[in-house]
Amino acid sequence: MLAQTDGSFWMPTAGSTAAEEVDLLFDVIFWISAFFFTLIVALMVLFIIRYRRRVGRKAEKMATHNLALEITWSIIPLILVIVIFYVGMKSFLAMATPPEDAYRIDVEGQKWSWMFIYPNGHVDSELHVPVDTDVQLTLTSLDVIHSFYIPAFRLKRDAVPGRYSKMYFRATQAGEYTVFCAEYCGTGHSDMLSTCVVHPPGEFELWLESADPLKKLTDEQYQAYLTDPDAFIAANPEIKGLETPVDIGRKLYTKKGCAQCHSVDGSAATGPTFKGVFGKSHQMTGGSMVVADENYIRESMLNPNANVVAGYQAVMPTYQGRLKDREITALVAYIRSLGDEGD
Amino acid sequence: MGHEPTSDAAMAHEHTPHLAHHFETSEQQFVAGKLGMWLFLATEILLFGGLFCAYAIYRASHPEIFQYAHRYLDKTLGGINTIVLICSSLTMAWGVHCAQRGQRRGLIACLVLTLLFACTFLGIKYVEYSHKWKDGLLPGTRFDPQYAPGEHGHGGDADETAQYGEHTSDEPAGETGAASPSASDDETPLDVGAGRSRVPPAADGPSGLAEVPWLERPKPHAEIKERPSNVHIFFGIYFSMTGLHGLHVIAGMGVIVWILIRSIKGHFGADYFTPVDLAGLYWHLVDLIWIYLFPLLYLIH
Amino acid sequence: MTTSDTTIAAGSAPEAESPSDGNYLNHAHGIRSWIFTLDHKRIGVMYLVSVVAALLLGGVFAMLVRTELLTPGKTIMEADTYNKMFTLHGAVMIFLFIIPSIPAALGNFVLPIMLGAKDVAFPRLNLFSYYLYVVGALLALLAIVTGGVDTGWTFYTPYSTTTSTSVIAVTLGAFVLGFSSIFTGLNFIVTIHRLRPPGMNWFRMPLFLWALYATSIIQILATPVLGITLILLILERTLGVGIFDPALGGDPVLFQHFFWFYSHPAVYIMILPAMGIVSELVSVFSHKHIFGYKFIAYSSIAIAILGFLVWGHHMFTSGQSAVANVIFSALTFSVSIPSAIKVFNWLTTMYKGSISLETPMCYALSFIFMFGIGGLTGLFLGALATDIHLHDTYFVVAHFHYTMMGGTFIAFVGGLHYWWPKITGRMYSEFWGRIACLTVFIGFNATFFAQFVMGSRGMPRRYYNYLDEYQPYHVFSTIGSYLLAVGLILTAVYLIHSLFRGRRAPANPWGGASLEWHCSSPPPHDNFAEQPTVGDCYDFSGLRYDPEIRGYVSDQGRDS
Repeated sequence: MLAQTDGSFWMPTAGSTAAEEVDLLFDVIFWISAFFFTLIVALMVLFIIRYRRRVGRKAEKMATHNLALEITWSIIPLILVIVIFYVGMKSFLAMATPPEDAYRIDVEGQKWSWMFIYPNGHVDSELHVPVDTDVQLTLTSLDVIHSFYIPAFRLKRDAVPGRYSKMYFRATQAGEYTVFCAEYCGTGHSDMLSTCVVHPPGEFELWLESADPLKKLTDEQYQAYLTDPDAFIAANPEIKGLETPVDIGRKLYTKKGCAQCHSVDGSAATGPTFKGVFGKSHQMTGGSMVVADENYIRESMLNPNANVVAGYQAVMPTYQGRLKDREITALVAYIRSLGDEGD
Repeated sequence: MGHEPTSDAAMAHEHTPHLAHHFETSEQQFVAGKLGMWLFLATEILLFGGLFCAYAIYRASHPEIFQYAHRYLDKTLGGINTIVLICSSLTMAWGVHCAQRGQRRGLIACLVLTLLFACTFLGIKYVEYSHKWKDGLLPGTRFDPQYAPGEHGHGGDADETAQYGEHTSDEPAGETGAASPSASDDETPLDVGAGRSRVPPAADGPSGLAEVPWLERPKPHAEIKERPSNVHIFFGIYFSMTGLHGLHVIAGMGVIVWILIRSIKGHFGADYFTPVDLAGLYWHLVDLIWIYLFPLLYLIH
Repeated sequence: MTTSDTTIAAGSAPEAESPSDGNYLNHAHGIRSWIFTLDHKRIGVMYLVSVVAALLLGGVFAMLVRTELLTPGKTIMEADTYNKMFTLHGAVMIFLFIIPSIPAALGNFVLPIMLGAKDVAFPRLNLFSYYLYVVGALLALLAIVTGGVDTGWTFYTPYSTTTSTSVIAVTLGAFVLGFSSIFTGLNFIVTIHRLRPPGMNWFRMPLFLWALYATSIIQILATPVLGITLILLILERTLGVGIFDPALGGDPVLFQHFFWFYSHPAVYIMILPAMGIVSELVSVFSHKHIFGYKFIAYSSIAIAILGFLVWGHHMFTSGQSAVANVIFSALTFSVSIPSAIKVFNWLTTMYKGSISLETPMCYALSFIFMFGIGGLTGLFLGALATDIHLHDTYFVVAHFHYTMMGGTFIAFVGGLHYWWPKITGRMYSEFWGRIACLTVFIGFNATFFAQFVMGSRGMPRRYYNYLDEYQPYHVFSTIGSYLLAVGLILTAVYLIHSLFRGRRAPANPWGGASLEWHCSSPPPHDNFAEQPTVGDCYDFSGLRYDPEIRGYVSDQGRDS
């Protein structure tokens, strides 16, 4: 992520309106702290040298308390921390209050991926937003507590199962920013990353439109598309983003989070690899042999723990309601294409 | 509490059999013991405080659960238990009184009576718990009620009949066992077999935490006819609170038995009765906690 | 009795007594005399050995964690193992080492003697506390050998109620350890209230005792709440009770409230005794009366009370209301002021003093440096807007290591060096002591300062894998941790060496004026044959250095 490495010594690049306020407060606290710390250490060193123990010289007698002094050095820090508290509060309340007309996107966290659901129903594994627009995220988790964190925006909110939490931001510069999970959630916690893509003006709408090309086809169009994809695509250039089922399936493989657990190069991960599995017989936990045909693959997406491949845990979440039928077809086509050649 | 050999110089302070060597006077030892016991009681209050807090939070956000489920409890038995514990506190206090006066036989009698009351309390609790077990009124994943509250004489009023929706009217009374209730329609599926919850996706939204809007809150003393969702929370709280309390009763009985043995051996007299006093303090706290538990759990209506 | 001169109580041992004379170590022999001892000094020594063993175990986990983090992705272990390593590092260090370290190991030994008492109020309860510690430790070990735990030491639900690792063993262990802590605190409170000798009124007590008193208050009031929280967690796992499980209608954030209600005051259990030690060290090694005694004493109590009101600052991103966030943030800043006051008072104590840089003082100065950083970085975390960014990143990890390790642990080591002659009757090598202190100081700062930068740049905590851009910081931090380990191992080596070859210690090697320096090193079995005479424990004017015994004696010409 190019944007991650910019910024100052202490901070990544500032990508949101909140970031500017947070960075300012950070600097204020930093310089106050640096002043007092330097003062304390300097006095300490000074005293060690100036008042070091010497033969024949005892400690000088002086008062063992001084009310005026002690009150002064209580009041001054008190005033400073009140200022810090106040600024922190104001900035926070500004960050925490989304405007009424903010663009809403729903976020679902689960072990170990993020899903973003756009107002038009499109589901993606990346967060796309337009620049200079108020965006409100509604977060929830499908299993344990996760935390949605975009360092460049200086924003974080826990995704708690059983409740919805809200987060609001306004991105100020186009670019790509890392999204982390910031609440420990198990084996894949540190791999639960995503990307926030901030589009320059006008481009977000284009992206969203071409994000779900299959949805735009009527049933007859869809049948024609399946019969001869290349011909259909060539004949219908106005349908943006339309590609062959295999290509769409390849994109969905990443977008829907399959890539988190299933490789396509033969390596084993949380789940079995997709390479070379289609059409072959595989052993399930419990001993039975099942052929990985279209029906099995479809069942694995909708009811994943019905037949789990031997040697793997039953941890796959169901995609019931999260994959459209046509998307399942595309994914099956992609997996099938992985045959023996891989990708 | 024997004493260790001290040097001649140390003979200056009191030298009584029950005075520990690090105390100067019996008075100091007694006062220290009292302070220690009061501090311990403070920790016990905080321990139970967490449970009372959980109770308060869930009752505030889901009053319907408490108003519905508390009728599964038998107020009569609970009431008897309350009186039993109060009596046991009385006999315990009387025992301390006897100890202060060096009345060994009185002390022994009072301690025995206290123990009898405590056994009665535990006995009644056993009866209550075994009914709950039989009727499937258990916390969390094991919640499997065989009937609606107020049926066949268990708790509630005798004239409340089974008009609680289609869920329970066709289940024969007294049937135990594994029939999984059709009533789980409105609840998320519970995996009884694992014995430990597996968190299914909360795809239906925050049903458990959604607050009932103020206007729709059930009025106090309202009759809740249909079983609300997540009723097992009441039993989770009920068993945690009464279970922890029961453990403290058992521990208290152990302490009283020990005091009883020492009383029989004649360790206590007017000059030294500290352990009896301190055991009494503990026992009063155990009683006090029950006095709060009883109305909060049994007398919600 | 009201004079400000220090006097040596009649009957207590003279300065240069050799340990072959009667002392608590040779008072009785055989393993049974230790296992069944009621002597607070022996109990303190047993705690000391145990917590140092726990420190070693937690330290091994730490080295494994830091080594794994040398490269993104797998370095020496898989993700699941790493997750268990950091969890066990945290749980062992917090429950088995830091919380009991100063109160149970040093406090048990020093408190009665410093107070002028013969023992704590309830010696058998004291021994029982120790055995509870042992049982808790064994349960934690059981958790380790049955596969470990991977929830993080904070056990957040619903992950902790659903993971298949040994959560019950470790939470049960923490529960038992909690009661060890509670009974220790209870004992200390009653001792301080009831076993003070005549003349030892509240404002004559050394500040270390004020610190232990405030700590004990927190221990008895906060720890039971952890107890009930862990019980509920165990019930949730075994019976599926459903208090914290959202699928059963429970509230996972409720767990966080319960957990932090204890765990925030717990950090004050850790830091208050440490500050108490620093008050002693700064005054004694500046050979000057502590400045602002009353403010320091009151600030300990204030921190104890205010510490109960701020737990929500661990939950700013949890979804609790904005109002709650604002209130907790405001209260959090209030706690910072008493701590700042102490630092200023210590500096003023040094002003116009006569400062000698023996090893304990080196550690006290390190404390001021590192706790300064730790405390000031707390400001970033207490402020709402910055905390949203910094929460759950390495910034927080660095902050709490600076306060807990750079603070409490450093003060513990300093106190250990300070009272080492008293406990063991031996002196260690000053040369190696200072070298090791310097090594630890450099190693510590190298390890943890880089983590502040990494955290503010977005690196989340509890991460096995990480983006390449963070690798330089991780490598620097790991190398620092190796240096830190070398310093600590060196410390252990010369301290153990001193047990066999160290010079015999005089009664008062440092020139302290509190009561523990009036009895022999090591102390006799009964501490004091008669109740000692109490003076001003920060008045050093009556002491002079005697080069023959290499210790301090009373300046009245009475060598007794």
